[in-house]
Amino acid sequence: MNRRLAPRSVQPASFAFTPDNQAWAQGQISKYPEGRQASAVIPLLWRAQEQEGWVSQPAIEYVAAMLDMAEIRVLEVATFYFMFKLAPVGSVAHFEMCGTTPCMLCGSEALVEVCKQKIAPHAFELSADGKFSWEEVECLGACSNAPMIQVGDDYYEDLTAESFSALIDAFARGERPRPGPQNGRFASEPLGGLTSLPTDPVHESNASVALALGTDPLPRQFSGGTPQFASENLLGKRQGAAISKPSPKVAAISAPGSNEDESDRGPVAPVTENAALAELRAQTVGRLDPALDVPTASDYTPETVPAQFRPELLGRPTDGGDDLEQIRGIGPQLGALLKDLGIYRYAQIASWTPENVAWVNAHLGGWKGRIIRDDWVAQARALLAKK
Amino acid sequence: MSDLRKIIIDGQEVEVHPDLALIQACEQAGIAVPRFCYHDRLSIAGNCRMCLVEVVGGPPKPAASCHMQVKDLRGGRNGELPEIKTNSPMVKKAREGVMEFLLINHPLDCPICDQGGECDLQDQALAFGRDCSRFEEDKRSMDEINLGPLIKTQMTRCIQCTRCVRYMTEVAGVPEMGCTGRGEDAEIISYLDRNLSSEMQGNVIDLCPVGALTSRPYAFTARPWELKKTESIDVMDALGANIRIDVRGREVMRIMPRNNDDVNEEWISDKTRFIWDGLRNQRLDRPYVRGTDGKLAPASWEQAFTAIADKMAGLSGGQIAAIAGDLVSVEAMWALKQLLAQKGVESLECRQDGALIPTDNPSAALFNPSIAGIDEADAILLIGTNPRLESPVLNARIRKAWLNGAEVGLIGQPVDLTYEYAHVGAGPRSLADFDQSGFYSVLKNAKRPMVVLGNGVLARRDGLAILGTAMQLAEHVGAIQEDWTGFGVLHTAASRIGGLEIGFVPGENGRALPSILDGAATGAVEMVWLLGADEIDMNRLGGAFVVYQGSHGDAGAHRADVILPGATYTEEPGIFVNLEGRPQQAMSAGLAPGEAKENWAIIRALSAHLGATLPFNSLAELRAQLANEHPRLWDEMDMPARAAWQPLVAGAMDDTPFAPTIQDFYLTNPIARASQVMAQLSKDAAERAAVAAE
Repeated sequence: MNRRLAPRSVQPASFAFTPDNQAWAQGQISKYPEGRQASAVIPLLWRAQEQEGWVSQPAIEYVAAMLDMAEIRVLEVATFYFMFKLAPVGSVAHFEMCGTTPCMLCGSEALVEVCKQKIAPHAFELSADGKFSWEEVECLGACSNAPMIQVGDDYYEDLTAESFSALIDAFARGERPRPGPQNGRFASEPLGGLTSLPTDPVHESNASVALALGTDPLPRQFSGGTPQFASENLLGKRQGAAISKPSPKVAAISAPGSNEDESDRGPVAPVTENAALAELRAQTVGRLDPALDVPTASDYTPETVPAQFRPELLGRPTDGGDDLEQIRGIGPQLGALLKDLGIYRYAQIASWTPENVAWVNAHLGGWKGRIIRDDWVAQARALLAKK
Repeated sequence: MSDLRKIIIDGQEVEVHPDLALIQACEQAGIAVPRFCYHDRLSIAGNCRMCLVEVVGGPPKPAASCHMQVKDLRGGRNGELPEIKTNSPMVKKAREGVMEFLLINHPLDCPICDQGGECDLQDQALAFGRDCSRFEEDKRSMDEINLGPLIKTQMTRCIQCTRCVRYMTEVAGVPEMGCTGRGEDAEIISYLDRNLSSEMQGNVIDLCPVGALTSRPYAFTARPWELKKTESIDVMDALGANIRIDVRGREVMRIMPRNNDDVNEEWISDKTRFIWDGLRNQRLDRPYVRGTDGKLAPASWEQAFTAIADKMAGLSGGQIAAIAGDLVSVEAMWALKQLLAQKGVESLECRQDGALIPTDNPSAALFNPSIAGIDEADAILLIGTNPRLESPVLNARIRKAWLNGAEVGLIGQPVDLTYEYAHVGAGPRSLADFDQSGFYSVLKNAKRPMVVLGNGVLARRDGLAILGTAMQLAEHVGAIQEDWTGFGVLHTAASRIGGLEIGFVPGENGRALPSILDGAATGAVEMVWLLGADEIDMNRLGGAFVVYQGSHGDAGAHRADVILPGATYTEEPGIFVNLEGRPQQAMSAGLAPGEAKENWAIIRALSAHLGATLPFNSLAELRAQLANEHPRLWDEMDMPARAAWQPLVAGAMDDTPFAPTIQDFYLTNPIARASQVMAQLSKDAAERAAVAAE
């Protein structure tokens, strides 16, 4: 497939960054030393695409002028990376369908058929009403939820021809379908539900869906005249609902699948409660296997751990509390520390949610990671049952 | 030298510089390594993989020898020398594999390909390839692209070596070509399919190792093996680029560059390369004499000579003048000088643009630092010159110096020189106040400062004053050192320095160009001999009897009373002295058309007719006498002149800004004006300029 500029007839007369984007672009350029401004070419092209939906010839020339590059050099970059769309895409949605082996085996070919029938016979063709277009892309890294498509920044997973068809209809009605698995799954757990450590879901959606829903009510492509960016919206939401400042690493994992991309989107922002909870849940639920290393949640410190995570704590009971040292991994010192924190009973530990685990873990000083490594919660439940 | 490293190449122990690429080390050892993308004068891309060699003790895979340096090699653990092999089974297999891949999408159209017979891919496939391909799928084909009227494309043949892209970006300095897409869909294009605008784009034809980029004017006209190749010298500008003229029969089919590191490296300008269709058009192939009806009529040599002899008989030496054009060989000028000397003519002029070049001070006339010296310069001040048009190849050399860190300043019209420069000012005032400018300290603090004065400046009335000021400036900023003369005049005429060298200049009582023209207008000069001179204002010749000796029916021939048809630079041997004073010999690649003769022979024949036969019967005899008089031309053949530094004094300059010396790069001489290709290029350039001006 030769990647060329779109024909002159569809090229806009001009391109200019919006003032916000212009300022952002200047910021990107300023990251590089004098004479190396060309390094900012990919971020700038990407932002141009976010603004316009595709990379037009005026946009290429605009970016070239901004970076003091030859136009052909920018064109080389724009044609090299398939992520840059060189022709107009659907005004409502451009479906990027994963066609790599896992998705193909799970039925992405049926989705292609849907595209051909409902949108346009060929990839990159606009539908008759100009609202949709589609293309087949290489692996998007959601193989456990195959087959899947990407629309803007959102993943729609676990699709079938029917659900995908309904999805397109919903887009056509101007709705914004809920991203994430479309077959009722929470994330990528087994279809028949969790087989070990089953817990009742405390959240409605997984972290990435929460992230998506917590943003603009409409996907980027709906937003029309004033371009909106998922990243900026996130930023705004996060700051508005900031509850505390997590360590950078946790913030970085709060947007799974896009953590690397986030690095160029300005300073790390605080996480919304919702997202943080969901994330933490995803982290800890997935990491209760003691063979694993210390979970990421252990990166909380007493200062950064959200106060909402605090488990129920007791004053010193008259009977001195349960013998916590019965729990494997808790010795005299750790036991004393727990008591100082207000933890005296097996029942307390047995009722800990992952968030509570994170809170306690943050206060364990040199014993961080022990709770999950030795699975105190399960031990406590067992002891409680014996009792 | 102590920093050389000993390595073993194919069992042969050699000492090479550690910074060399392995491919260069192999070359020094006399071992040829096949390559497509690697080129000595371009950056290293490493994408063709043809130059794979085996590094003993290195990784268990072949290494690209263009991308690995000698200093990257490691010896054995027992102190064995590092070793590479270019003839091992691994290398043979690697080359066969690479070649098979390269040929996967390459069409098998050699019989209809212009590159056939001089194709790197063809040769290397024969030498290093497999006998057949195992590829049974469909080949991919590519759309044609447009690169302009000079370069014909057949992109399916392209192997994406990117030499053309690198050349246009690095050497020509006009980043208009690029490699877009990737993988199998990678394609070489120009931005928006626009014509290339470089004045030296033709070199990509030579660089292209396959038949993807070929010469459009030459397309399908000849095969390399049927061409007679003559090594000669170019006269389109004063650089004296080394060229090879390929002729079939008597027709020049194409002109190619020869390598000469001291002059043109291996580049030539498009005017040099594509001028050859001008050699066929508008030729003067027989003598003409203007009859009593005022019209030029074909005549025999006898009649033409008689007409001249009749006219000359009644004239004294002071009433005769001669002007030599820009493309005239030293021999022709010298012969004419001898002829006219018999008559006592002193009004000889080889500066048809009226440039006030001192005739007695070579240091004020030459490009003293030498062309190769540009590489050493670390600060260059250009005064009243646009080297991009006046000598594109020399401009590429300045660009090379700029890429290596030299800083460039310009006094004159701000134009695109393909490199960044500090624009100091537009005219002589900026030169006078140069020490106030920001570039002054740059030049002053440079180790090898260089001041380059455009030849066009010397044609101004205050030319000598500017020349003197510039020479004083060069001295002032320390450009004149024991082993470095950092002042040069950038000439535009190939015959200029040669004419000055043999004294084709006004004698003691002779007239210089303005005086000749004035004399012709008033009748004081009754006869003007134009030796290939077409750039003067013919209307100013008044009623003078004009003899035009030259090759093309251009301005001079239209004005002439007698036309003596002469040979062009490709049709007669001749010496040309380039702007740095380097005498070089052009060779005859074919015969002049019709009755046209070699220029020296015309003058010799006329001398017999005048009853004062010049004392030479052959070019060899002429050259023997010329060598007696001007031994340097022979003793220092192919060597730049070394002139003793004699600065002129500064003088009063007027404030008019410097005007461009060359209005239309593609139409600077009669041959170029006869060329359809040049006319097309000129039109394209004018359109581009009009678009840019909008």
